Amino acid sequence: MKELVVISGKGGTGKTSILAAFAALSDNTVLCDADVDAADLHLLMAPEIRQRHVFQGGGTAVIRPERCSQCGLCIELCRFGAVTADFTIDSIGCESCGVCVDLCPEQAIDFPPKNSGEWFLSETRFGPMVHARLGIAEENSGKLVTLVRKKAKKLAESRNRELILTDGPPGVGCPVIASIGGATAILIVTEPTLSGLHDMERVADLAAHFKVPGMVCVNKCDLNPEQARGIETMTRRKKMTFLGNIPFDAIFTESMIQGKTLVEYQPSSTVVESVTEIWAGVKRLLSKDQRQ
Amino acid sequence: MIISIASGKGGTGKTTVAVNLAFSLDAKVQLLDCDVEEPNAHLFIRPEIVDTKTVFTPVPEVDLEKCSRCKKCAEICRFKAIIVVAKTVLTFPELCHSCGGCMAVCPENAISETGRELGVIQKGHKNELDFVSGRLKIGEAMSPPLIRKVRACARPGGLTIIDAPPGTSCPVITAVKGTDFVLLVTEPTPFGLHDLRLTVEAVRLLKIPSGLIINRSDMGNDQVREYACRENLPVLLEIPFDRRIAEAYSVGKLLIEELPEWKTQFRLLLPKIQAIVAGRGKRT
Repeated sequence: MKELVVISGKGGTGKTSILAAFAALSDNTVLCDADVDAADLHLLMAPEIRQRHVFQGGGTAVIRPERCSQCGLCIELCRFGAVTADFTIDSIGCESCGVCVDLCPEQAIDFPPKNSGEWFLSETRFGPMVHARLGIAEENSGKLVTLVRKKAKKLAESRNRELILTDGPPGVGCPVIASIGGATAILIVTEPTLSGLHDMERVADLAAHFKVPGMVCVNKCDLNPEQARGIETMTRRKKMTFLGNIPFDAIFTESMIQGKTLVEYQPSSTVVESVTEIWAGVKRLLSKDQRQ
Repeated sequence: MIISIASGKGGTGKTTVAVNLAFSLDAKVQLLDCDVEEPNAHLFIRPEIVDTKTVFTPVPEVDLEKCSRCKKCAEICRFKAIIVVAKTVLTFPELCHSCGGCMAVCPENAISETGRELGVIQKGHKNELDFVSGRLKIGEAMSPPLIRKVRACARPGGLTIIDAPPGTSCPVITAVKGTDFVLLVTEPTPFGLHDLRLTVEAVRLLKIPSGLIINRSDMGNDQVREYACRENLPVLLEIPFDRRIAEAYSVGKLLIEELPEWKTQFRLLLPKIQAIVAGRGKRT
C-alpha cells in the first residue's frame, strides 16, 4: 500500500481541487484529509459520515478558587502568560504543560483533558475517506494529522485499497511534518509566482530533510510562463520530478461551487487533460518506487 | 494600534493586503511577517535588512553528575521530551515546549537550559516602513515560539500591521491574539467561506473586532457576502479579479504601484478600521 501526500507550501494553489480530481481519475483509493486546521476536501466529496470520534488533546489547567491561596507561584512558573492576575487560566494561552498543576502547593489546579476536535470515517462516491475537524483555536494539529493518517492506513489495509491520497496542510511546520513522514511520495502543487517558488523551495527542503521523494506541478502556469519555467529548473535542482503545468481556468472555482471535482465538472477541458497527464506521471513514479 | 491580517484559507491575498496597506499609508508603519512557515512579505517589500538574528527556545540540559535519577523531570513533562532510562537521562529537544517544568521540579538543581534553534528574525526597512520577519528553520515543527518572538518586536504606540499565517489553530492564534483589529481576507468560494467561518469563530473567541476584504470578488458566488451580512461582519473592500493584479503579484510588484487607482482604496481602510475600533471602545 502506498500513500501520496499533496502539499503546496503556499496556500491557495489548488492542491485540494487537484487531489479531488485524482480521486475521480482513480479507483481503489482511500481519501485522507490531513489539513485538519482548515479541511476543505469534504466540500467536494460530500462524505457520508459512518463513524464519528472525539479527539482528545492535552489537558487545560483550571484553578479551583476555593482551594487557591493566591500565593502567585503559578503566575511565576507559567512561561506562556496564561495565568491572569486574578488567578484564572486563559485557556487559549494554556500550553497544556501541567507545570502549574503539579507544583501548586495547595493542589488547587485541575487538569481535565479537553476535546480538541473530531475525526470521521466516511464513504464517498470515490471510496472511503478519513477526515477530521480540529476545534477552533486548538493545538495538537500534528497529533490529529498523525491519527487520521494512521486510520487511513488501517482502512486501506482492511478494504484492500492500494493507494491513500492525502490532502496536506500549507506551510512547513508541525502539521506538515506530521503529514509527510513515512509517505511514499509527495506532490507539491505550486503556482508561477515569486511566493509560489519561494514556498515550494522551502517545502522541497523539508521533504528532503525527511527523505520523502517529491514531484512538482505548476497550477495557473500561464499567469507567468517565465516563473513556471523557473519552478521547473528549481524542481530539478532539488532532485525532484517535474510532472507538468495546468493552465489558469475559472473552472476551478465553478466546479467547487457545484461541489464537483474538475473531472466530473468538465471532463473534456485543457485543465482535465493536464491533470490526467500529471496523474499518469504520479502513478509512474509510485510504481517505480515499488520496484526499488 | 496593531492590525492583524488573517484568512483561514491560504492564498486568499493576506500578504497582498498587508504590504499594499502598509505602503499606501503616509504614516510611519511597522510590518511584522508572522507567517514564519512561509514568509513572503519581503518579496514585495524588498527591504534593506540591517539585522539578522538566529533565535532559540530553551530546552533542558542535564548535569548527570548532580542528577539522582529521581525521575521527577520525566513525570512532569507532558511532551515526553525528557526520560530516565537505566542510568542515564535522555532529552528530546524537538519535542520540548520550553515550559521549564523539569528545571523547576528537579530537587538536585541538575537541569539547566540550552537553546534549540527556531529560525531567524530579520529586521530592516524600506523608505518609511519598518520591517520584521520570522523564518522558521526547516525541520522545526513549532512555529508559535518564533511567532511570539516576532510579535515582541512590535513598536509600542505606533501603527503595526501583522501578516498572520493561514489556518485556525495555534500559529494564527499566536499571531492575532492581543491585536486591536483583525482584517480578514477571503475569496467568495465554498473553500473561502468554509475557512472564513472557522476564522471568524476564532477571532470572536479572542474578542477582537474584525472586518472583511473579499479578494477576486467576482470569481465565485454571493454566499460570502450573505454570510458577512448575517454575521454583521463589515465588508471593507472588494478587489475583483484582474489579470494585471495576478501578473504583478507573480513578479513581486505592489498592486498600488501597478494600478495606482487602488492606493486610495487601501488608504481608506485605516479610517474605517479606526472607526470600528473606536465604536467598539465606546460600547464596552
